[in-house]
Amino acid sequence: MNAMTQEPASQTQDLRILSYAEAIREAMAIAMEADPTVILMGEDIGVYGGAFQVTLDLVDRFGTDRVMDTPISELGGAGVAVGAALTGLKPIFEFQFSDFAMLAMEQIVNQAAKLRYMLGGEASVPVVFRLPSGSGTGAAAQHSQSIEAWFGHVPGLKVLQPSTPEDAKGMLLAALADPDPVMIFEHKLLYKMKGHVPEGSYLTPIGKALVRRVGTDVTIVAGSIMLHRALEAAEKLSSEGINVEVIDLRSIRPIDHETILTSVRKTGRLMVVYEGVKAFGVGAEISAMVAESDAFDFLDAPILRLGAADAPVPYNPDLERASVPQVDTIEAAARRLTRREV
Amino acid sequence: MTQPDNRPFAIRTYAPDQLREALKRMYLIRRFEEGAEDCYTRGLIHGTMHLSIGQEASAMATCLELTDDDKITSTHRGHGHCIAKGADVGRMFAEFFGKETGYCHGRGGSMHIADVKTGNLGANGIVGGGLPIAVGSALSAKRLCKSDVTVCFFGDGANNEGAFHEALNMAAVWKLPVVFVCENNGYGMSTSTARSTAVKHISERAASYSMPGVTVDGNDFSAVAEAVHIAVARARAGDGPSLVENLTYRWRGHSKSDRNRYRTKEEIEEWMTRDPIARFRAELIAHGLLDDAGANAIEAAAIADMEAGIEFAKVSPSPKLSEVTRYVYAEN
Ligand SMILES: Cc1ncc(C[n+]2csc(CCOP(=O)(O)OP(=O)(O)O)c2C)c(N)n1
Ligand SMILES: [Mg+2]
Repeated sequence: MNAMTQEPASQTQDLRILSYAEAIREAMAIAMEADPTVILMGEDIGVYGGAFQVTLDLVDRFGTDRVMDTPISELGGAGVAVGAALTGLKPIFEFQFSDFAMLAMEQIVNQAAKLRYMLGGEASVPVVFRLPSGSGTGAAAQHSQSIEAWFGHVPGLKVLQPSTPEDAKGMLLAALADPDPVMIFEHKLLYKMKGHVPEGSYLTPIGKALVRRVGTDVTIVAGSIMLHRALEAAEKLSSEGINVEVIDLRSIRPIDHETILTSVRKTGRLMVVYEGVKAFGVGAEISAMVAESDAFDFLDAPILRLGAADAPVPYNPDLERASVPQVDTIEAAARRLTRREV
Repeated sequence: MTQPDNRPFAIRTYAPDQLREALKRMYLIRRFEEGAEDCYTRGLIHGTMHLSIGQEASAMATCLELTDDDKITSTHRGHGHCIAKGADVGRMFAEFFGKETGYCHGRGGSMHIADVKTGNLGANGIVGGGLPIAVGSALSAKRLCKSDVTVCFFGDGANNEGAFHEALNMAAVWKLPVVFVCENNGYGMSTSTARSTAVKHISERAASYSMPGVTVDGNDFSAVAEAVHIAVARARAGDGPSLVENLTYRWRGHSKSDRNRYRTKEEIEEWMTRDPIARFRAELIAHGLLDDAGANAIEAAAIADMEAGIEFAKVSPSPKLSEVTRYVYAEN
């Protein structure tokens, strides 16, 4: 695929607005038009259009041979995608909810992630897994999880988390261009979010975080929907004279150490905000990474993690909201951190 | 010499009171689902829900002769199973409303309702999730020398999960007292069984696991009751598992996000003429167990229960925010 690697659009480009879901759909269509080996697989991705309407009308454009409804067979379906990727196809496999990837752990973790290594580099598994993820929909414990960190623990995988329509498209195209298995955690609450999306093909670099807001007092690292909550909190804090730098993590594996360390050396304070359960999560990895580095000497306050409550995602809407970081909790935590009231 | 009794199985087998109670519970399921749908449309409930309108005979006739010691495992489309097994609709609505008085104290919602006291081990958000659990429950009964059986409800879509095949095999190998009840409503979400499943009848899959398999009209109360009766008797006798396939249909969309693009209006309307409740009601009347006024009174009583349930839910307290991690682990 011919494509240019690029960072977010500059002001000179067209300002075409698409939703996050539309951007992902456009990426799939571009890839399918350019490359006949790209196929889509998943449950109800045909006439139903996918549980979140991401594939919508792609079956009308590309037919049922390339937009394949699978039976409700996550382990088998993911395994078929892995086998097909091993032998010349480029499948994009949609899990209806990221939670159902657990039924396919064997194929993702024991097979897809390890095949290249086990075969001494003689094989390649260019499969892309798309995983609608996150809470906030009232779907409770088995349909609301944020399990991206689990896959951060698996060498052989790449794990992405787009926060904008532009990145959602660019990351999917980058994932397809990548010779190794890539998991893209899409946030359900972002599907309707609108934003500028460049035309044509472009690749969002895998493994690169991005400073979305420049600041001097505290660094907040957040991805996916948490980026937006962090930006909103930062905006509110700026009126109090607290100047927050916000980094969009974008990629959990590989993780962009340098962008984070550079920022921490500047601000001297670090907060990691994520939707997964706080313990053993993305925050632990980033905190440890900073603690192990020279940036540790620049810290003026302890590192702070904000993650989900130590519980499954509850059904009751108030409990559900209370169980994951929100704008006000991020705001309060950043205020505490900058005033060193930790 | 006495004449052979040609009446339908349920009519000739069960007490009239039990059958009238079954009709009431079927009405209750329907009214509950309609009430839930209405609350959802009016924004009183969030999340999603899977309604079982049109499948009431399958739930009720299957649970007809189960006791509170007998167990069921249910599915995402589980409200009917829950009511058929004897749950209180007030506590069910309370769960829908996310209230502390709900069956899951507001933590679970529609997809996770369970009522362990009446033997309902729970709905499940994971397709196929209940199948191995049912086998485990049957294993307990066998090891602990109890006579209870476990009925495992699952959909046609679930029969393509690995868990289905693994569960049936173990149940057969260990001769466990479990009855697998497939509610084949023709579709797993948008995917018809013809497009998802290699066999015509899911009951055919029983043969691979050396157990009896039978397909019945799931909208015919008596047909379901008879098939399940035979399977339960076999399980209780220690002869092992069976598979019963109830052919039925869901009148509503899969969930609240369904645009119904995969089936026709004609198909839906055709199935609506085979209303399991109307059929059972007519059968009870035809055999003199009920008259029209009596049936209307039963229906009215179901509506009253439903309305009282919603009222109870509305006035119930919400869980405390400070207790978001409560029930994750056992409390001292
Ligand atoms: C493991 C898993 N995969 C997919 C889903 C999403 N999903 C929920 S219900 C459903 C269809 C299930 O079909 P069936 O078993 O026939 O039950 P029905 O909905 O028809 O009652 C699907 C695909 C899920 N909840 N769990
Ligand atoms: Mg079905």
